Amino acid sequence: MKGLPPVLITAIVLVAGFALCAMQFPNIASTRVVGNLLTDNAFLGIVAVGMTFVIISGGIDLSVGSVIGFTTVFVALAIERWSVPPLVAFVAILALSVAFGAAMGAIIHVFDLPPFIVTLAGMFLARGASFLLSTESVPIAAPVYSTVSDFALRMPGGGRLTAIAIIMIAIVIGGAMLLHLTRFGANVYALGGSRTTASLMGVAVGKMTIKIYMLSSLLAGIAGIVFSFYTSAGYSLSAVGVELDSIAAVVIGGTLLTGGQGSVIGTFLGVLIQGLIQTYINFDGTLSSWWTKIATGVLLFAFIALQQGLVALARRPVRKSAGATT
Amino acid sequence: MENSLDPALPLLEVRGISKSFGAVRALQEVDFTLRAGEIHALLGENGAGKSTLIKVVTGVFPRDAGTVRLGGEEVAPRSAKAALQAGIATVYQEVNLLPNLSVAQNLFLDRQPMRFAIVREGEMRRRAKALLADFGLDIDVAAPLGNYSVAVQHVTAIARAVDLSARVLILDEPTASLDRHEVEILFGIMRKLAGRGIGIVFVSHFLDQVYEISDRITVLRNGRLVGERETVSLPRLELIRMMLGRELAETTSARAATREHQAREVCASFESYGKAGYVAPFNLELRHGEVVGLAGLLGSGRTETARLVFGAERADRGQARVGGAPVRLQSPRDGVRHGFGYCPEERKTDGIVAELSVRENIVLALQAKRGLHRPLSRREQDEIARRYVKMLDIRPPDPERPVGLLSGGNQQKVLLARWLATSPRLLVLDEPTRGIDVGAHAEIIRLIRELCDNGLSLLVISSELDEIVTYSDRVVVLRDRAHIEELAGEAIDVGNILVAIAADGAAPAHGAHA
Repeated sequence: MKGLPPVLITAIVLVAGFALCAMQFPNIASTRVVGNLLTDNAFLGIVAVGMTFVIISGGIDLSVGSVIGFTTVFVALAIERWSVPPLVAFVAILALSVAFGAAMGAIIHVFDLPPFIVTLAGMFLARGASFLLSTESVPIAAPVYSTVSDFALRMPGGGRLTAIAIIMIAIVIGGAMLLHLTRFGANVYALGGSRTTASLMGVAVGKMTIKIYMLSSLLAGIAGIVFSFYTSAGYSLSAVGVELDSIAAVVIGGTLLTGGQGSVIGTFLGVLIQGLIQTYINFDGTLSSWWTKIATGVLLFAFIALQQGLVALARRPVRKSAGATT
Repeated sequence: MENSLDPALPLLEVRGISKSFGAVRALQEVDFTLRAGEIHALLGENGAGKSTLIKVVTGVFPRDAGTVRLGGEEVAPRSAKAALQAGIATVYQEVNLLPNLSVAQNLFLDRQPMRFAIVREGEMRRRAKALLADFGLDIDVAAPLGNYSVAVQHVTAIARAVDLSARVLILDEPTASLDRHEVEILFGIMRKLAGRGIGIVFVSHFLDQVYEISDRITVLRNGRLVGERETVSLPRLELIRMMLGRELAETTSARAATREHQAREVCASFESYGKAGYVAPFNLELRHGEVVGLAGLLGSGRTETARLVFGAERADRGQARVGGAPVRLQSPRDGVRHGFGYCPEERKTDGIVAELSVRENIVLALQAKRGLHRPLSRREQDEIARRYVKMLDIRPPDPERPVGLLSGGNQQKVLLARWLATSPRLLVLDEPTRGIDVGAHAEIIRLIRELCDNGLSLLVISSELDEIVTYSDRVVVLRDRAHIEELAGEAIDVGNILVAIAADGAAPAHGAHA
């Protein structure tokens, strides 16, 4: 490969950004801050893994933020009002999420509709449904919640690697393996390259589409549960706009918005970059937290411009001579 | 490969295939026979039905009638995938692989070697390497396919198809984007595969290549089978006659009474005009009140010449003059400004706007010429539309009808009207009678003559030699993207055009009788 792969550029931006921040606020370079960064962005990291699959396959999933919101409300109500054991509530909401994703995938495939429209409808549907359940924030007092919140691995330097951060890292690793090592993963790239061609080459395009949106919704459901651990509450307005944050993380991570190229690791780095900007603003104390959005916007723009450049380069195939023996 | 078939038994036997699209009969009772281990060229001009035949055989289009037998057993694939499973693989000119995946993934997509749920990447690469080595290719199979040239992509596509145990390999214009050296590699591979008993269908419009590689030739014309011959016993002139559908004997002088050849005023001229890799430099003079026909086979450079003349493609050498003054034709806008009009071959995609009404389509070019700040009033538009609907006898005579609902012939007239409304001095017509029923044919030809009599200069491309002969004052014959001969006056007849097209080249030594 010629030039730098986009993932490497993301990594360089992250390291350079971290070094700059650490120069100004030496305290940033501690496992304590890093641990918090991972915890604060755990739900975003999880949902962004799903978004990576969707975007590489040439789609988009706008419903994930609403699914997170719905999940927190559902879990809170199930545990607190309906006295359902937490584990049963989790299984139920994940089953519901998967069914929701399957429905969106099926509609996209069967009616040949743009994923943008279908998942936009899904977004309104899930958000509306969570308001239907409850418009107020429902605190969760179940003992599991305090146990999980208190659990953490001590890192050297006094940092805490919390349970939800561990879940996120596990999902990132699992997602990367699924994408890069399995037949399913290869088919995701194939779909992103060209749906027609993939289908001509024998990929079951319909099944794949449904599975991909199922995966995205499942991960959104898990992110919702993680979010409820993070806030110990269910609220119908939680995670508004998270779909856009996760799309930003995916793109900053070097995944082509048009599909066909990208990686889970890149997305993870993209999430960390967003977390780093947030952390920097917290340390500074004088900046408005909205600067996070502005910085993300600038980065996003830079990365899209960069990718266009790379794509333009790749369009000109290098004419390597075919080493002929015949 | 199990090819213990009786060699006398055909591998692929297509009998009586018919296919219609609406009222258009794309294939009528076509037979095609492919023997194991032979390379069989399928030839014909645009619209002859080659692509349709391939798509019907491979299940992309359902067929209306007929049977397909593969190795003696009847097959009826419903999709390209089913055809592939049956053993019929097609490699199209646009390679149907995924440029974003690695070469190895492309070869083994959906059938990768697995251990538990994990793709055995190393094993897959090793196998890919071995498979491609068999095709004389030694490349990094882990790199994305898109990094490689079209030739490598073609070979990869063929390797995949063959590895999927194809018994019949259909190559649709595989050499169109390859250079000479790459073509030779491809031919080597084709011979090797044929030697293993695979039947290869070779679609191409490069006749030299057809003579070089094929054992047998089947020619289609207008959706019908013209004939199947052995390549060695088919002289080139005869082949071209089969493709264009004319017998030398019947070179009827259907030519309209020769009009007096008075010195006409030159409308536009082109000196050593051309573009590298597109059309070789040519000289062309277009005079008022004169029709110049462009004749040649598909891919000979006719449309390319037309696009250069109109400015749709930029020339990189030569000088164009309009009315004696040097001009630069950099874009279609320039062409329009100098009073040129161009009716392209692909009416549906390049010409008409199907959703807009007849009136809107007719005023399109005129409005563009006037610019946005001088809009045509609705009354002017109505007036123009009414005039041309009447003049060209567009039916139904309803200017508000969406053009998409008109017949092919009437769509062509709307296109003509669009350019006539701009009162051009030169009109370029690319295949004006393609896909139009016979009645409308005559009418379009009558129109061409009339326009010409009114002082317009016309440059007309047609595969119908009879037509060209009927209306042209001069005929330029093209071959291999170069103008090779110009016929005028008495010299214009179908026979001379055919001879010019077939002349020289690399005609087979034994094909001298004609």
